Amino acid sequence: MKRQIQRAIAITKTLMVVYYAYMLEYRAELLLWVLSGSLPLILMGVWVQAAQGGGNFGLSPLDFTRYFLAVFLVRQFTVVWVIWEFEREVVEGKLSFRLLQPFDPGWHHFISHIAERFARLPFALILIVLFFWLYPQSFWVPSLANALLCLLVVCLAFVLRFAAQYTFAMFSFWIERANAIESFWFLFYLFLSGLIAPVRIFPPLVQEIVKWTPFPYMIDFPASILVGLPVNVGQGLAVMLVWIGLFLALNRRLWRLGLKRYSGMGA
Amino acid sequence: MPAIQVENLSKIYPVAVKEPGLAGTLNHFFRRTYRSVAAVQSVSFEIGAGEVVGFLGANGAGKTTTLKMLTGLIHPSEGKIRVAGHVPFCRENAFLRKITLVMGQKQQLIWDLPALDSLRINAAVYGISDQTFRQRVGELSEMLSLQEKLTQPVRKLSLGERMKAELLAALLHQPEVLFLDEPTLGLDVNAQVSVREFLKEYNQRYKATVLLTSHYMADITALCQRVLMIHAGKLIYDGSLDGLLDRFAPCREVTVELAQGLSSSQLAVYGDLGNVDGRIAHFIVPQEKLTQMIARILADLEVVDLTVTDPPIEEVIGRVFRAGAI
Repeated sequence: MKRQIQRAIAITKTLMVVYYAYMLEYRAELLLWVLSGSLPLILMGVWVQAAQGGGNFGLSPLDFTRYFLAVFLVRQFTVVWVIWEFEREVVEGKLSFRLLQPFDPGWHHFISHIAERFARLPFALILIVLFFWLYPQSFWVPSLANALLCLLVVCLAFVLRFAAQYTFAMFSFWIERANAIESFWFLFYLFLSGLIAPVRIFPPLVQEIVKWTPFPYMIDFPASILVGLPVNVGQGLAVMLVWIGLFLALNRRLWRLGLKRYSGMGA
Repeated sequence: MPAIQVENLSKIYPVAVKEPGLAGTLNHFFRRTYRSVAAVQSVSFEIGAGEVVGFLGANGAGKTTTLKMLTGLIHPSEGKIRVAGHVPFCRENAFLRKITLVMGQKQQLIWDLPALDSLRINAAVYGISDQTFRQRVGELSEMLSLQEKLTQPVRKLSLGERMKAELLAALLHQPEVLFLDEPTLGLDVNAQVSVREFLKEYNQRYKATVLLTSHYMADITALCQRVLMIHAGKLIYDGSLDGLLDRFAPCREVTVELAQGLSSSQLAVYGDLGNVDGRIAHFIVPQEKLTQMIARILADLEVVDLTVTDPPIEEVIGRVFRAGAI
């Protein structure tokens, strides 16, 4: 057991260092990826205008500003692209090399995503500092408890998003263009995660339904905690953990079935 | 116990069938039909520990599919396989630690980073200690003459250097059984020779079992005493290289140096003419007609020199397939 833990630590450390180096090879690309996640900053302008125009949303213009800034930050740390990489590996037969090693290929993707977070962090922080410099009224410091809780929830949100997308990626064994599933899923994610609008301004019935889905826990939930908006922490964490468990169980089942169909195309 | 045991191995793939044209496209969209392709059919063989065996066959004969089944990448439709005492498609960690697969047309190294980074990942995954890692990388890179190259990004390496680095990555965990699928594909002659020499030395030093496919017959003749030949998914030959030539193409190559150059049409009357290089002509002659043909040439032409050798194996196998002898 001790040896296995030591091995897991050694592998994680090596993969982190190597994939971090890999991510830093693409400096310009990294900056562009950070900027491409600035949709929340555009929506911030829209919603602040709407709130200033007298719209009754239960949130002030300053609340909207802080909420969408938090959304921007959460998005930076929960972006996932595993389905495109995994699909390519299956379709081009590149998965074969990973399958020949005594190590689950999923960890390569998971750890490379985490390494990318560290590479992306300085760019995201520079953008936030720039934002506060341009718009100092929006500056706030979350309480230590909220900051720590947000950190935990952002980590879980990333795991949830990764588990969901990696599970859809497993369909590459059957349909080869599994990213179409992600595109369909993204439609719901876009509207129900809090990316377009805070979930709390939706009609009560929609809110009641949405809170049992995984979507609001990917963005709205951690962003609300960071801003200090009221949330049901216990229920939120429980729903997240249940969805993570469901996706992981489905993922392992599809992995086992999918490997029987794998033909190592092109290799 | 043999390192590789294969019994009645078969693999049948469903392949979608599409007719050309718009009607075919629409039909393919609404009513997709499949046909079954038997890529490998009832193949059986055994390979002893430490043996180096060549796996021959034309494109699409079933070589790579067989290798994929032997390495556990794909599940066989029928039959039994045991490699190093394991059933490959169970993909037990103990099995994966004992084997490796090198594919000449595919790479496992990370393109934008030095090969050493990919090697470190492999070392971590296989649980190789730092000390052992340094020792093995030193030893293998010396055998492959790669010492200076491992710190350069893979994309900056030549094709030959990249292939050597791929071999190093594939052999870092010192596997017992090596599956090599076209390991010298696309390499220049010098790089082919050095890869061949490395494989020979690796086999001798570590007593590894090797199953090798290659389109370059020099790889086979330099490394393998035994060959398996597969055609249309069926194993048609299992034996020595010389035996293969005797069985499928009992012929000899006659090289004649003439006092004066003759045209190809003038030479062709004496037999199956191969290359003509100035005054030197090469003929492939069936064994039973050899004496008669040589006597005729000596009687008719002014010959400076004449030698009789085994024909190049690629020539023989090419002729066998072209002539539909199988």
